[in-house]
Amino acid sequence: MSATGIGASVRRKEDQRFITGKGHYTDDISRPGQAHAYFVRSPHAHATVRGIDTAAASAKPGVLAILTGAQLAADKIGNLICGWMIHSKDGSPMNMAPHPALAAGKVNHAGDAVAVVIAETLAQARDASEAVKVDYQVLPAVVDPAKAQAKGAPQIHEGAPNNTIYQWEIGDSAAAEAVFKSAKHVATVDLINNRLVPNALEPRAALAEYDDGADSLTLWNTSQNPHVARLVISAFVGMAPEHKLRVIAPDVGGGFGSKIFIYPEEVVCLWAARKVGRPVKWTADRSEAFLTDCHGRDHVTHAELALDDNGRITGMRVKTIANLGAYMSTFSSAVPTYLYATLLSGQYEIPMIHCAVDAVYTNTVPVDAYRGAGRPEATFVVERLIEVAARQLGLDPAELRRRNFVKTFPYQTVVASLYDAGDYNASMKKAMDIHDVKGFGKRRRVSARSGKLRGLGYSTYIEACGVAPSAVVGSLGAGVGLWESAEVRVNPAGTVEVLTGCHAHGQGHETTFAQLVSERLGIPIEQVSVVHGDTDKVQFGMGTYGSRSGAVGMSAIAKALDKVEAKAKKIAAHLLEAAEADIVFQDGKFTVAGTDKSLAFGEVALGAYVAHKFPTGEIEPGLKEGAFYDPTNFTFPAGCHICEIEIDQDTGRTEIVAWTAVDDFGVVINPMIVEGQVHGGIAQGVGQALLEGAVYDADGQLVSGSFMDYAMPHAENFPSIKVDTTVTKCPSNPLGIKGCGEAGAIAAPAAVINAITDAVGHENVTMPATAQVVWAAVRKAKAVRAAA
Amino acid sequence: MAMNMSGEYQLAAPPETVWEKLNDAETLKASIPGCEQLDKVSDTEFQAVATVKIGPVKARFKGKVHLTDLNPPHSYRISGEGEGGVAGFAKGGAMVALAPKDGGTLLSYNVEAQIGGKLAQLGQRLVNGAAKKVADDFFKNFAAAVNPLG
Repeated sequence: MSATGIGASVRRKEDQRFITGKGHYTDDISRPGQAHAYFVRSPHAHATVRGIDTAAASAKPGVLAILTGAQLAADKIGNLICGWMIHSKDGSPMNMAPHPALAAGKVNHAGDAVAVVIAETLAQARDASEAVKVDYQVLPAVVDPAKAQAKGAPQIHEGAPNNTIYQWEIGDSAAAEAVFKSAKHVATVDLINNRLVPNALEPRAALAEYDDGADSLTLWNTSQNPHVARLVISAFVGMAPEHKLRVIAPDVGGGFGSKIFIYPEEVVCLWAARKVGRPVKWTADRSEAFLTDCHGRDHVTHAELALDDNGRITGMRVKTIANLGAYMSTFSSAVPTYLYATLLSGQYEIPMIHCAVDAVYTNTVPVDAYRGAGRPEATFVVERLIEVAARQLGLDPAELRRRNFVKTFPYQTVVASLYDAGDYNASMKKAMDIHDVKGFGKRRRVSARSGKLRGLGYSTYIEACGVAPSAVVGSLGAGVGLWESAEVRVNPAGTVEVLTGCHAHGQGHETTFAQLVSERLGIPIEQVSVVHGDTDKVQFGMGTYGSRSGAVGMSAIAKALDKVEAKAKKIAAHLLEAAEADIVFQDGKFTVAGTDKSLAFGEVALGAYVAHKFPTGEIEPGLKEGAFYDPTNFTFPAGCHICEIEIDQDTGRTEIVAWTAVDDFGVVINPMIVEGQVHGGIAQGVGQALLEGAVYDADGQLVSGSFMDYAMPHAENFPSIKVDTTVTKCPSNPLGIKGCGEAGAIAAPAAVINAITDAVGHENVTMPATAQVVWAAVRKAKAVRAAA
Repeated sequence: MAMNMSGEYQLAAPPETVWEKLNDAETLKASIPGCEQLDKVSDTEFQAVATVKIGPVKARFKGKVHLTDLNPPHSYRISGEGEGGVAGFAKGGAMVALAPKDGGTLLSYNVEAQIGGKLAQLGQRLVNGAAKKVADDFFKNFAAAVNPLG
């Protein structure tokens, strides 16, 4: 391993810029003549818009234009789309309702935009928006996914009877029925996977500019995938053809999935910029972010696990209602289906699984992928079921897991996933050793002496990252392929630019991607720069989400580096006057085997561009190679998290006193960055388990719409987290990488709730397990024990 | 979000006087905190403009006030809805009942109200307290207006 190669904990190159305020975010960018957009948003969750009177507002100072949905439709600006087709079990396609960027005659959630004011300054736009008169006819609203399909529930979209988007299933329900009829033991859970607000540090923003000379548009936006944004805005919204639309996603301050999607505001800014003839900027304030960023999770689930007398799992049945909100966001349909049910086998051999998922519309902001996207929901189901089953059977929860672990690979689950490599017992054993699980009984007694309840919870999770190959996702309904692209440009003096279709918004690609180049070309990482996020610079790419950048994005870079090396060897052979077969490339040097004749990488690069010493009819001058890489399978990171908590019985306050995470991410590029990702994921998972919850009241008002009412995790909520790894190489990509970005958020909720229910002795603890929830559970458990 | 509130006030004037004042635009305007304008459209309908501040949200509400279920001098229902622009909306009503007591009048009320938009998003923890204060201020002002000595 070199000092800056694969496996080195290199300090992040980008951090100097970020922590000294030198980053360039969308809102930092201003264009000459720039105007500002302010959106008029519905205060009602569900209403008909009878009319919009803009006369008074138009006369306000500084106003350039006030645009509405009617004008958007008149200009033939198309709807936003969901790009993943899901078919119901009866074969019918999902009911995708129209989603115009400005409401067309009807609003479907509080915060739905009905008009936009474009003015010289933001203050003027905001002031004028006060004078826009919207005549609403308020309609009854539905917000609870469990009530959306009820008879008499308000109907949100004409084409979606009973607010049902699809009724999807995987597995054979009759066969599952038979398994459960003959089951010796059945464990049952009823779970609500709470709705979450992503809350990236940087709110969403868009700046659009129209060049009437070139008839082209440029959009700067907070996107995790600028090429996908360009594709959707071109091909579906119809704003401009792709070669006339440049999308630049500069530094982006956190995404967690919420910035994958194509949102109304960026469409409106582009349209307005062309209409007004001025650059138009919009930056969400925090209140808008709460109301309009896609939320995450929001499942209601009933699940059962069947077991035999030996504690072997014989089957699983799951019924989930998934709330997708008022409109289908870009990838929303895939989250509660192919990113959820395909992981329900967990780390276990389960011979029969049936899962039925109903996706519904409600009068809430759209729900789409959020860190983990479907996999945290699946893990919560599986890991709560196995914990409850172990308690019912009187078995040690680690022992029940061990008995059912998948032990031979590859393993084909009954829910379509093909697990390629893993050693689940190794990660659990290592976690148990590090955590000192053996000493837990003693620690529990010590806690009891001070009146506290202590609990320990496991989560042996699995996830699927680097969703691929493209042919498979296509057959499952994806509207795009999920390969990745790379271009490696070697400059004449030997520095390297890597152009990637991935996008960094906190992941540290500028460092880790450079580490790969450093490892392969033997040059220091300072000589490597990573270019991303601009459709004019980078060849088409699919962006960053689902922990795909390492497994898919870096594999594309590795493939391009193979081509660079192959060509450089040819050139080196000419420069060194040797046969190509005799050239060895190692540690950044091209050497003629068995001699001391060698050239440094930079010398060969220069030779490639000077092109004096090789036949340019056979070998083209220059040294630049591109690659598109499509993996052969998903990757399957897995691991074991152990959470230990203490509960104050009088207040119900839960304190996490110890946390151990042992993950198998395959080959690790930068252990420090991986540890940071694990920490961040756990923090968000603990946030979901203990603190966070997006709450709509029955009228559809978001009452947890600010940080006064939406609790984010703080440093004080965490002990020092012990992070370690086990390694089985991923066989489906050349680097053996699995991905680490979501693991913590996937593992953590089940670990926390398993620990709390262990301490309390009562299984019904809902998330977020606030002090009030836990206090009530402690009381309930005591009452049950007293009655027994 | 929905909100419910009820209370009682002992007033020094007899029910007939209280009833008269409850139907008098000038008295109501002077009593409603933040009320800038209250114009009588008919005997049972008013146009109102009032400024309300709840937590971080300050809004000028414009709306209509209706009087229904009139049973003089015993009870009526006063209801209204107002639009506060980007701050959101408020709508609701109060059942107001008068009963003779201790030589004066016991006024009891039962409010049901709904708010939405930014008011609900940012101010919901503060709304009940703010509404209680508005009600208290109103009845303090109203009591002064109907006090025969005042």
